[in-house]
Amino acid sequence: MLELIKQPWHWAVAGTLIGLIVPILLLLGNKKLGVSSSMRHLCAIFIPRKIPFFNYDWKKEIWNLFFVFGIFLGGFIAAKFLTNTNQIVIAESTKEILAGYGITDFSQIMPTQIFSLENIFTLRGFFFFVVGGFLVGFGSRYAGGCTSGHSIMGISTFQLPSLIATCCFMIGGFFTANVILPIIFKFI
Amino acid sequence: MKNLKYLIVGILFGIIFVKAEILSWFRIHEMFRLQSFFMYGIIGTAIIVSMLSIFIIKKFNIKTFSGEDIVIEDKESNKGQIYGGLIFGIGWAITGSCPGPLYAQIGAGFLVVGVVYLSAVFGTWCYGYVKNKLPH
Repeated sequence: MLELIKQPWHWAVAGTLIGLIVPILLLLGNKKLGVSSSMRHLCAIFIPRKIPFFNYDWKKEIWNLFFVFGIFLGGFIAAKFLTNTNQIVIAESTKEILAGYGITDFSQIMPTQIFSLENIFTLRGFFFFVVGGFLVGFGSRYAGGCTSGHSIMGISTFQLPSLIATCCFMIGGFFTANVILPIIFKFI
Repeated sequence: MKNLKYLIVGILFGIIFVKAEILSWFRIHEMFRLQSFFMYGIIGTAIIVSMLSIFIIKKFNIKTFSGEDIVIEDKESNKGQIYGGLIFGIGWAITGSCPGPLYAQIGAGFLVVGVVYLSAVFGTWCYGYVKNKLPH
């Protein structure tokens, strides 16, 4: 059994388990799947600065911080004890294109040529960590949710705003991956 | 501790992110280049399973474990889903990560993602700060 868990999982297995998290949270206490709101709660707790958007009863939402802390722990547990290889098998065509941008190390789940501590104070680090992270936080709050809250929870409950948001996520991502990043990689 | 159960569900979610390689920057780039079905398979399956589960909950009027009715509020429609959605999509492709996988990446040992995370929290704060001046 443990050996089976240690292998990379099929997408249908992973998709089914993620889908089941929605009813589990509902049954446990009427909670709606969502991750990005945890960052709003952190702002509300630590830096509300009298901003109306951060002045609400965050104590009622504290379950969400337990949930995201769990995701952090789950990441640790799986990487440390439940994985037999770091290497991931990605499409050859993707590999070729990325190699053209100088991303040649496919030995980890993340490209070490971008996501390494040495890159923190470089232009590359500033763009991929600081700018990228800022857009993820700003954009998900502006859109009212992220992939979990809109694309999974929202679409599966037939909410039109979530379908619109998901389409815009994809448009932004397609444009960035195929048009912006190829230019960025020429310079940094 | 009534919140501990959510911690456990979170742990399960985090394990899935690692085991299904959803936290991989590479997987996100395959997806945005339409070079693999993998991520579409995951998101599509998740939506269908979630949809079926909610259908069953509604059909049999299943209540929460503490006996409450299950209520799912409608999301409010505004232009934020368009502008914010596009901005989020750009960030998603750059970092190769949406908010869920960010937590799992840090847990899995990519400490540098802590910088991405702090910047995302700062982005969230800035949104709250300028919210009233933005088109919605």
